Amino acid sequence: MLHTVNKSPFEKNSLETCLRFARQGHTILLYEDGIYAALKGTVFEAKMTATVTNCKIYVLVPDLEARGMRMDNVVAGIQPVDYAGFVDLVVENNPVQAWL
Amino acid sequence: MKFGILVNEGPYQHQASDSAYQFTKTALEKGHEIFRVFFYHDGVNNGTRLTVPPQDDRHIVNRWSELAQKYNLDLVLCIAAAQRRGMLDENEAKRQGKDANNIAPGFRISGLGQLVEAGIQSERLVVFGD
Repeated sequence: MLHTVNKSPFEKNSLETCLRFARQGHTILLYEDGIYAALKGTVFEAKMTATVTNCKIYVLVPDLEARGMRMDNVVAGIQPVDYAGFVDLVVENNPVQAWL
Repeated sequence: MKFGILVNEGPYQHQASDSAYQFTKTALEKGHEIFRVFFYHDGVNNGTRLTVPPQDDRHIVNRWSELAQKYNLDLVLCIAAAQRRGMLDENEAKRQGKDANNIAPGFRISGLGQLVEAGIQSERLVVFGD
């Protein structure tokens, strides 16, 4: 199953809802303002570090870079993906749940 | 693979319309099929041909129209959402006694059943919005 999160966890609680429902082996994609959840040094870092041990977490690099961030700023274990990779994630996972 | 796309947010609002466009374009370029793009709620504003953004900005509406033309995409605006927001095609403008219509090329107005059908016919329904 693929979960997508497109809002900053500092603005909405969709990330926390997503993490509450995500189970082992699920995949999570952070894009748009959702990329802020992937950054090091935030109050969400510990939660993301714990989640990445049993879920695959990806961050959309064009959205990361559009906000002045690089993969260096991202929590270890979270993997980069581009739009082609986003499409592949949707193909590989069923269903796809957008946490808006 | 066959995808359905749902866009619930207007253009130039946050980023949903841009993300939906980039996803749709990339999927098509990778050889996937887009069964339909359904525009719902404020998403219907992606289909007005009267949009005139500054020249150095992306033209979200034209971009959808061009993609539709290139790949023969089915771009559908929810009729109830559209009428609430002053979006009319030629027939609806006539029927409602309005003096103009504003649907961009490549878009059509139809009912919510088209979203249900997209959900059934597509292998994945990908939702973009707020």
